Amino acid sequence: MSDVFDIFLLEAVLNGLLLGGLLALLSLGLNLIFGVIDVVWICYAELIMCGMYAVYYLHVQYHWPLFAAMPCAVAIVAALGAALHQFVIRPVLTAEPINQLLVTGGVLFFLQAAATLLFGIEFKNLGVTLPSITLGEMSFSASRLVAFCVALAGMVGMYLFLKRSYLGTAIRAISQDRAIMPLMGVSPSRVFVITSALGGALAGLASCLLVLQYDVHPAIGLSFGPITFLICVLGGLGNMVGGFIAAFLFAQFISVGGFFFQLEWGYVFSFIFFIAVMFWRPRGILGGK
Amino acid sequence: MGNYPLHLLIQVLLWGYVYTSWSLMGRLGMISFGHGAFMGIGAYTVVMLWNHFGVSPWLGALAAFAATAATAFVIGYPCFRFKIIGHYFALVTLALSEVTRLIIVALRDQTGGSLGATPDPALHEGATVSLAALQFSNKLVWFYIVLVVWLGGLWIWRLVDRSMARIALQAISEEEEAAASIGIHVTRAKLRITMISALMTCAGGVLYAQYQLYVNPDTVSGIAISLQMVFGAIAGGMFARLGPTVGAAFTLLLAEGLRYAFGNRFPALDSTIYGVMLVLFIIFMPKGILGALEEGWRRLNFRFRAPRAAAPR
Repeated sequence: MSDVFDIFLLEAVLNGLLLGGLLALLSLGLNLIFGVIDVVWICYAELIMCGMYAVYYLHVQYHWPLFAAMPCAVAIVAALGAALHQFVIRPVLTAEPINQLLVTGGVLFFLQAAATLLFGIEFKNLGVTLPSITLGEMSFSASRLVAFCVALAGMVGMYLFLKRSYLGTAIRAISQDRAIMPLMGVSPSRVFVITSALGGALAGLASCLLVLQYDVHPAIGLSFGPITFLICVLGGLGNMVGGFIAAFLFAQFISVGGFFFQLEWGYVFSFIFFIAVMFWRPRGILGGK
Repeated sequence: MGNYPLHLLIQVLLWGYVYTSWSLMGRLGMISFGHGAFMGIGAYTVVMLWNHFGVSPWLGALAAFAATAATAFVIGYPCFRFKIIGHYFALVTLALSEVTRLIIVALRDQTGGSLGATPDPALHEGATVSLAALQFSNKLVWFYIVLVVWLGGLWIWRLVDRSMARIALQAISEEEEAAASIGIHVTRAKLRITMISALMTCAGGVLYAQYQLYVNPDTVSGIAISLQMVFGAIAGGMFARLGPTVGAAFTLLLAEGLRYAFGNRFPALDSTIYGVMLVLFIIFMPKGILGALEEGWRRLNFRFRAPRAAAPR
């Protein structure tokens, strides 16, 4: 009896690990935006929803193969990210910080409603199912494994880009000192647009992975949006390593908590854990004092 | 008055009251995304106590107040003590409202989960009023109740506005350290206004449940309803006393007007337009409709009076 119990617990832990990779990718784009531009995109999950719809329509409606539809969706979301910055964030960059949070909340309303208007409230399924992999008595869905690997690859790529390339160095420099960089010949407004497009591209990448696992519908953003913000805050807003750790912690809470109780309780535990940690370290687990 | 206009009026006053409650905190720099939690606690405590134990909603409301005060304290005290402000405060309170929604859904055996719950009817055949169960079939009764509560909310706003606490909180919202250095007890001042705001919102939840006679985790708690409060207040103007009510009237009239004009052909047209307008509001008139009107009025007055005032004696 305890044997069976343990193997299912192990399965939950491993599934949590896979989920953690996906959550880490979700939080990566948001952290990048916050770290560089100092703005929280409340509508980040809605951008991902747009990407999911893009993949769905290109693949199902226009019969594009997935390997063409997915990069195209990434490009679309990247363009959306740049547009969001240019038309919505830029006018309020000098306003009170909370206004920047709120204005993207307006975009959240808009994107959600526009998706309902254009695509209807039906759940849309991509119709692509990857097989499940069995390992001993445990089984994992291959789409989760793919998502995990792509998420890790995306994060490593991101890290190399930020550390090795000229543009990445400029982005990191801006995030460290926004006042001094214009004097060094880096144009903040250009870096901001590029960063926004990059954040959008990461959202697009996440949407390609999510659409393999979940049906897309206009309110899907609300189901994983809050958790993405909380992961970023838990890790320390703008701190990518912290976000990475926080994502795996959260995923374990959800997966193992959902294993012992119901799925909702897994979320409840993770949120309560979040609130408790905030009181212990108000700037996140890796944030400064 | 017909039932439909009366229904609209009740909705405007009820939501106006809830938005006013939110603005008490919001205008002083504490942007909370957690008020959905307080509304959900109010609505669900009352309905659950009535359905499962037959406790009158009057007593249920007391229990709901106690639960709300406890929740507001547990979240508020550490937040204010450890200086969680701005983005961080908004996102911590966001977690609170999601926790409330998820707990309601997870307790589906008792609460009915995401299908919602209906208070057991207390009105037997022919009866229109049940004071003990707080159920009235006559909308006019509801109108008077909501009107009184709304006026009460405005009165509290006025009291807060004229108190020293408001000046202290304004100082805190501008520079917390400086305010503390001149002897303002930051944690206590913030906690007090949070309690008032949360309890008022909880009362709004109770009224909402008893008026609609239906509660649903998505319509009384969670991120969606919290955002609705924030944006209703901002659209109307959270710095003016009647601003939140104007916001409630504006959003409701927009939704109903578009529904009247287009029928149900475009289900989310009102929210789409509303979303665009919110973005424009926050960019171009962050003080909201009423705030912008007041400013315009002041400028107009100034233009007519200024020459006389500036003229030499």
